[in-house]
Amino acid sequence: MLGWELPPNNSGGLGVACYELCKSLAKKGVDIEFLLPYKAEHNIDFMTVTAAYPQDVAEVLKAGIAYDSYKYIFSDGRSEWVDIHGQQELYEHAVDSMICTTDREYDVVHAHDWLTFRAGLRVKQSKGWPLIVHIHSVEADRAGREFGGNPLVREIESLGMLMADRVIAVSEHTKRAIMREYDIPADKISVVHNSINPDDILPLDSDNAYRYLSAMRAQGYRIVANVGRLTIMKGLPNLIRAAKEVVARTPKTLFLIVGSGEQYFELLQLSADLGIAKNVIFAGFQRGKRWRDSYAIADLFVMPSISEPFGLTALEAVGYGTPALVTRQAGVNEIMKNTLKVDFWDVNEMANQITGVVQNDVLRDELHRNAYQEFSELSWDNSAARLMELYDRHLQGAAA
Amino acid sequence: MSKAIVLYLHVHQPYRVRHYTIFDAGIDHQYFDAPPGERTNNEEIVRKVSEKSYLPTNQRLLKLLQRHPDFKLSLSITGTIMDQLERWAPHVLESFRELTRMGRVEIVAETYHHSLAFFYSRSEFEAQVRMHREKVEQVFGQTPKVFRNTELAYNNDLAYWADQAGYKGILTEGWDKVLGWRSPNFVYRPAYTENIRLLMKNYKLSDDIAFRFGDRGWNGWPLTADKFAHWLSESGEATNFNLFMDYETFGEHQWGETGIFDFLQHLPEQWLKVPDHTFMTVSEAIDNFEPVDQVDVPQTITWADTERDLSAWLGNNMQASAITELYALESKMLGTGDLQLIEDWRRLQTSDHFYYMCTKWFNDGDIHAYFSPYANPYEAFIAFMNTYHDLKFRLSEKGIEV
Repeated sequence: MLGWELPPNNSGGLGVACYELCKSLAKKGVDIEFLLPYKAEHNIDFMTVTAAYPQDVAEVLKAGIAYDSYKYIFSDGRSEWVDIHGQQELYEHAVDSMICTTDREYDVVHAHDWLTFRAGLRVKQSKGWPLIVHIHSVEADRAGREFGGNPLVREIESLGMLMADRVIAVSEHTKRAIMREYDIPADKISVVHNSINPDDILPLDSDNAYRYLSAMRAQGYRIVANVGRLTIMKGLPNLIRAAKEVVARTPKTLFLIVGSGEQYFELLQLSADLGIAKNVIFAGFQRGKRWRDSYAIADLFVMPSISEPFGLTALEAVGYGTPALVTRQAGVNEIMKNTLKVDFWDVNEMANQITGVVQNDVLRDELHRNAYQEFSELSWDNSAARLMELYDRHLQGAAA
Repeated sequence: MSKAIVLYLHVHQPYRVRHYTIFDAGIDHQYFDAPPGERTNNEEIVRKVSEKSYLPTNQRLLKLLQRHPDFKLSLSITGTIMDQLERWAPHVLESFRELTRMGRVEIVAETYHHSLAFFYSRSEFEAQVRMHREKVEQVFGQTPKVFRNTELAYNNDLAYWADQAGYKGILTEGWDKVLGWRSPNFVYRPAYTENIRLLMKNYKLSDDIAFRFGDRGWNGWPLTADKFAHWLSESGEATNFNLFMDYETFGEHQWGETGIFDFLQHLPEQWLKVPDHTFMTVSEAIDNFEPVDQVDVPQTITWADTERDLSAWLGNNMQASAITELYALESKMLGTGDLQLIEDWRRLQTSDHFYYMCTKWFNDGDIHAYFSPYANPYEAFIAFMNTYHDLKFRLSEKGIEV
């Protein structure tokens, strides 16, 4: 398995999805070695996690999120910040020397997102093992469709998908994007939905980390939250614009924005420009209890994404007791019906539906009750079972 | 002893609330005028249903009435559909009138706005029943003598009310839990009443036509008129087969392609082949047959879903809260004397609005979703509550505290 991140050193859904899939696969008896581009402490016993970086590098320090530069410390004491392209090339060479030039045997190579594709292709080329590429998101989506994204990244994605034996998409939404943007034939792409394990939802304690918000709620305020990277594909400016309309009609509404990213200052500025700075609270990137409490404190979770391959956060919100409003441009709609749904560009409708929830606790509760019922039937085991079928198909193909 | 088919068809369309947002509340008071192409556009729906169902069915019913002197039926037609037909398709209303002029079509009483007012406000309920009676007198020139409540919702209280109000009969579902071992194919007497009679829908036979007719997976398929007439003849002791269904069964719920019109066209001749077989209107069945027993219904039953209760309309808290809030405006609304405002408030009482908010079937992607013009029950609730906010706004504009 070639991957870019695993919890706790993950920036978002990619790491979680890899972790959960591997855990469920391991339960089914799959023997996995997971190659990461950095070294970190993982509390993982169900698979082997190996740091793959060049031999002359002593340590790779992960600074922040997936798309930040990493600090490479070389054995001779030198250190260097390496950007994302440099990293994926170093990863490729490391994987090459660890796998291709040894006699380690694997049945299938499973590569997650473009950063690992060059490494995957190299292994396929030298060993001939079936290569499965797993698309958690595509560049065209990440960058905003009208820009098309970084052409170098697109080329790697395109090559990876063309050369792979099978392409896995995390949703029908992503499958359509792959067909549209990369001209990959539909029958080469299988959808394996991301999921969530209801058992992984940790119990909340009665003392929410957001003391201020709890006090405001007790005074009749209602809280609307978003948890995620503050980046273009997440569509947050539209949420802030909708917030203005909501606050105009229901002044006792607060918006909690949890996460970091390049749009932070822009969003801050926007909420000030719209005159709702006191209603929009930026909490930064959070983990653990504060992260869980972000979901729990809210009356409604809003995921305003312009394009969302899957959208795990909406499921997490439901798990922590909060119903969700998601855009129609999100893969999670394919596995959860009981959410409010709007088009990402429709700011007025977003405001209309948010207002509906903050003004009516019965709507909030009914929406959550039904969503939770769907939530409690989800499991990563189903996704892993689907993956096993695909593995088997390619193993048999290889034998024949 | 003769055996009668008591065919009763229910004609109704609500005024669907358009995509009415919080931005409209307090500004635009038109709730029911969705633009063309929207699924909530009432005019387009009325035209479509007229073409697919009302006109072709009325044409066949008229021929049947002309051809078979023994063919009779009963209709209920709500105020909200009569209003819409008058406005957008007067020739369709005229085709209903043509049927009643044959003298063998009985119109059944109900609430004008197809509401659940009986369970929330007795005075409002009575006002709507009165409005409906006056409208029927004006349009069809007859005064209804038999009552049906919205969704055939029924209990002992309603029977008592209808008895006191002078109705000779009342209709409801022939639900097994109420009837027990008894058959719906007889006339009954409601508990605690003096004169009124009860006709109970034979839901198995009615649903064979209304729900299963076009279902190729059903072992009764294909259902022909002679087969169906044969089933009735084989049903053992009976006086009246109460076939109650939505009028839109013909051509809308069951499309013309299923052969439903041929079925309708041939049913009378197949049934009337046997000498003592006949058709009766609801009043005639009550006049001709003595009640065989008393039926006690302390809890409300309806003709909907497997539960046969009101849960499809009032089962979740969104529904309960929306309808409670709406009726809480009653005295303030009536106090304004503003007929347009009161009419809008009444149109919002139509049971369909609450049905669209039903969540119990949403997870299963049930066929019921076909009947909702909203993407999901939550959007139905939000649009409805926004109209409620606007009603309050309009009250406050009149200086009434809300």
